[in-house]
Amino acid sequence: MNITSLSGRIFNIGNSIFLLLLAFLCLFPLINILAVSLSSSTAASAGEVSLWPVDFTWQSYHFVMQKPEFLKSLGISVERVLLGTTLNMLLTIMLAYPLSKESSAFKGRLFYVWFFVLTMLVSGGLIPWYLVIQKLHLLGTIGALILPGAVNVFNAVLLLNFYRGLPRELEEAAFVDGAGYWKILWSIYVPLSMPAIATLILFSMVGHWNSWFDGLILMNSPDKYPLQSYMQTVVINRDLSLVSMADANSLGDISDRTLKSAQIFLAALPIICVYPFLQRFFIKGVVVGSVKE
Amino acid sequence: MFKSKLLRQLPLHLMIAPSFILVLIFSYGPIAGLVIAFQKFSIVKGMFGSPFVGWDNFDYMFKLPDIWQVVRNTVGIAVMKIAAGLAVPILVALLLNELRKQVFKRWIQTIIYLPHFLSWIILGGVLIDILSPTAGIVNQFLGIFGIKPIFFLGSVQWFPGVVVISDVWKEFGFSTIVYLAALAGINPALYEAAVIDGANRWKQTLHITLPGIVPIIVLLATLSLGNVLNAGFDQIFNLYSPVVYESGDIIDTLVYRLGLEQAQYSLATAVGLIKSVVSIVLISGSYYLAYRFANYRIF
Repeated sequence: MNITSLSGRIFNIGNSIFLLLLAFLCLFPLINILAVSLSSSTAASAGEVSLWPVDFTWQSYHFVMQKPEFLKSLGISVERVLLGTTLNMLLTIMLAYPLSKESSAFKGRLFYVWFFVLTMLVSGGLIPWYLVIQKLHLLGTIGALILPGAVNVFNAVLLLNFYRGLPRELEEAAFVDGAGYWKILWSIYVPLSMPAIATLILFSMVGHWNSWFDGLILMNSPDKYPLQSYMQTVVINRDLSLVSMADANSLGDISDRTLKSAQIFLAALPIICVYPFLQRFFIKGVVVGSVKE
Repeated sequence: MFKSKLLRQLPLHLMIAPSFILVLIFSYGPIAGLVIAFQKFSIVKGMFGSPFVGWDNFDYMFKLPDIWQVVRNTVGIAVMKIAAGLAVPILVALLLNELRKQVFKRWIQTIIYLPHFLSWIILGGVLIDILSPTAGIVNQFLGIFGIKPIFFLGSVQWFPGVVVISDVWKEFGFSTIVYLAALAGINPALYEAAVIDGANRWKQTLHITLPGIVPIIVLLATLSLGNVLNAGFDQIFNLYSPVVYESGDIIDTLVYRLGLEQAQYSLATAVGLIKSVVSIVLISGSYYLAYRFANYRIF
């Protein structure tokens, strides 16, 4: 049965090689950055580094891990991910449950659905959004980073579809046994939805970790920036006031370029670490969200 | 002991309440705040105290010297991104679909999805480094062929191309997921029948695989119409500089500079409002088309 013609075999080999090259192209820039960050400053500035470190050294990482600004912003990012994800998930779990009911079983559902869905289509734009947060005196507080985006309607829609896939008899039986809505949500729906909730937790964490713009415009002073906003200022914008004196007179084996590369790699590292878990879940989530039968 | 229906459903309302309040403040608040587009807004006087000036901000906006250039840049970059962002993933999904070894296929997929999950801060930093004219790996590579170093991010000619290519690089892998799902849904019996009729792999691709994913291609193409004014703020903001405003400045970055750097709140809001209105028209139009031609409904 497995008769492959010569042209078919050539195509198979060519196709495999092409896709391998493509995959390599996706990883190559990251490998290059990693190699530069582990190389000596002379090798890096001479442009000798491609895939493998030249004059291997940990110096840049040593330096970055002792840099107070870097560690401070890292701490703020971790705080933000933990608080933000917790709040996101609590709100999503509670929002999705009532909206997963039939309109006949929950008076007012239709109003709520439109209220939330409309915000996916219409927004006030950057300036009014900024002014609202300013008016609430949230600028410069952690609240500015977690409250404005706390309700994610898209995630709630994903979760409510998952709730709807659960057998309704469970809820009816619980009602007969005298359980209320709160009890049913936390003791039946949440435990049974753990696969979906785990996916949303990972999405939410990645989202919070990767956010940079809100930190940049809402936190007032650089010492309150989360990591990605801090990176925006030192790696991309090159705000000289933030590049400390020690950076400028780089000593020995570290240079501006190897330091930047080390910071870029460290900021990408958590994503690369959760990626294997993320990857197992997300295909399902994306397909549920984008293709409807 | 029958409680009234409203009282019995009170817990459901309470569950929604926190989300309701937050959305009211942070989504509907800014929508109400759009009135400042029609005011001469000042922070001191606030939204309620600032005088109304009618359409003045909009008049002024259309007299900005760069406005049409910015619109042209936005639409140009966005349309190129949409076209390339449709074509490349379809091609890659078709090629992935031809792989016989499932383990190999999964490995490739895992790798090409990765850039999607990294922020434009990280990728911006990576791009600035590898495209650097002095020691960047790309120019080192071109140097082998005797090509003089090119300052990709500082050149008006190169900038839009770099933006489009790097965006495709980040997203093409992840975009294949939808097509791969559609490909997996094609009835295997069709291929068996085609083999019996003597169709080779090329013919099978042409007459079974492609027609099988045409509906999803049409759907995604139509829906992407809504993005014609979204050229990608996160990316461009982290890559551009005043040197390349001529070809790289887009509406969103202009709004940012007018509003948050120059504190011209009303003007920036007016620019943003026009963009939103046009976008909503485009989105509604594209959903209508998607409904007509692909029978797709979001809700």
